[in-house]
Amino acid sequence: MRQVYLDNSSATSLHPKVAELMASLLKEGLANPSSLHGPGRRAKEVLEEARGRVAGLIGAKPEEIVFTSSGTEANNLAIKGMAMAYKDKGRHIITSDIEHFSVLNPLTRLEKMGFSVTKVPVDSNGVVDPAAVERAVTPETIFASIMLANGEVGTIEPIKDIAGVLKKKKVILHADAIAAAGNIPVDVNELGVGAMSLSANQFHGPSGAGALFVRNGVRVRPQIDGGVQEGGRRAGTEDLLAIAGMGKAAELAAKEMPERSNKLRSLRDALRDRLTKDVDFIHLTGHPTQRLPGSLSLCVEFVEGESVLLFLDMQGVAVTSGSACTSKALKASHVLLAMGVDAAVAQGSLHFSLGMNTTKEDVDYVAKVMPPIVDRLRQMSPLYEKVSKEVKA
Amino acid sequence: MSGPYSDKVMAHFANPHNVGELNDADGIGEVGNPACGDIMKMYIKVKDNVIVDTRFKTFGCGAAIATSSMATDLIKGKTVDDALKVTNKAVAEALGGLPKQKMHCSVLAEEAIQAAIDDYLKKTTGKGLNLKESSHEHAHEEEEGHEC
Repeated sequence: MRQVYLDNSSATSLHPKVAELMASLLKEGLANPSSLHGPGRRAKEVLEEARGRVAGLIGAKPEEIVFTSSGTEANNLAIKGMAMAYKDKGRHIITSDIEHFSVLNPLTRLEKMGFSVTKVPVDSNGVVDPAAVERAVTPETIFASIMLANGEVGTIEPIKDIAGVLKKKKVILHADAIAAAGNIPVDVNELGVGAMSLSANQFHGPSGAGALFVRNGVRVRPQIDGGVQEGGRRAGTEDLLAIAGMGKAAELAAKEMPERSNKLRSLRDALRDRLTKDVDFIHLTGHPTQRLPGSLSLCVEFVEGESVLLFLDMQGVAVTSGSACTSKALKASHVLLAMGVDAAVAQGSLHFSLGMNTTKEDVDYVAKVMPPIVDRLRQMSPLYEKVSKEVKA
Repeated sequence: MSGPYSDKVMAHFANPHNVGELNDADGIGEVGNPACGDIMKMYIKVKDNVIVDTRFKTFGCGAAIATSSMATDLIKGKTVDDALKVTNKAVAEALGGLPKQKMHCSVLAEEAIQAAIDDYLKKTTGKGLNLKESSHEHAHEEEEGHEC
């Protein structure tokens, strides 16, 4: 059976050249980059090469890159680390309703510790209004954390404009660029962000490596205490294999980005056009044009997302859903609800995220197997029964 | 490759039994809420106090469809009184168990059976089962912090 992986927003496949580099380093065996001897210096060289490559992807200086174990850790370091570093200046933080849980949950923890958090809403396309961010600023505000792109619905946020209004008010902006970096052009200086999170597994690098860009002059208190690795901002011997993989993936992403994103866009649009033509009652979610190139997010009315996901899986197609039943917490995606998607419609949420390996044949296959699945589930659905009777009447 | 569901759940989900409607149903029960992600509608045909036929339509996840299928299997051929004794646990056990966060689907299946029988009793005797409002929401509340 054909296997079609369209869940690149959860984790991308490893780029073959990344795998090659990691395998050769695994064979070589690496010492501790903090050691002063020859093997230590060799390890340090691998670490710094990766740092330079990651910095290169986002237009940063190498010393502004702090390696972490994941995007989640990068977000935690940014949020908690800046809160701790600037708590004497103020205790107010701004964020949005559609952030990832690795931003929202650290903020909830900070609220319990006495910080206050303002969440700005989004419009029906999932876009944060820079003016709303500006209005949320108080004399107590120390920083804002707004994502560069949303991994669930694909919307790209106007981070440059948001950074602009915050700069006037001397408020630092942290951008969660985990879904964006490596997939769309990202330059920290053009955007004007003070801190930014990345994750290797979003651009065909390995899971287990993330990074936080911390602009020179911006302070973060380490959240893991110990040695003075990573400029004293993240203790613990670095996971060199994963970090080297991240560096290589960053270098390749920078080089291959125009080609990759053109291909992704055209395949994504083809899938969108086929599905909306062959299945009725589909709602596209996220911004129609300001979106990640490989992301197709939609809600299929009158069916539940997990059911579609399971049937697609039986056909070899891997996707994800933001329905309540798919989540362990039994809550529909907070992103869809924040965009004002009706709770019942949100149950039919599906996210197709294409990657560099996706082919036209994959798209044709999904466009072929999906309509009968939806039709079958709708024949079983008491909600569709009502609609089809109304349509007939 | 095992997912969150038992083989039996997956078998009932992939090929559910008794799907559809009964045009001459003696009792119809509908429970659930689309915002919570599942609605079950159950049809029963009763002859001499025995459920001789049953059908269902469900909007919901894999577990919701599988529990509907199993619930209709379990009540078919039973007397009305015996069908009322089919509990959510019995439905879940017959399916080889359900993930903890999906147990509410079996509660919904039990409620669908009761709602269909309630409708049948109201039509035939004028007196229903005195069902409390769907305990569906309630069942969720017991699991920490769930909105549905």
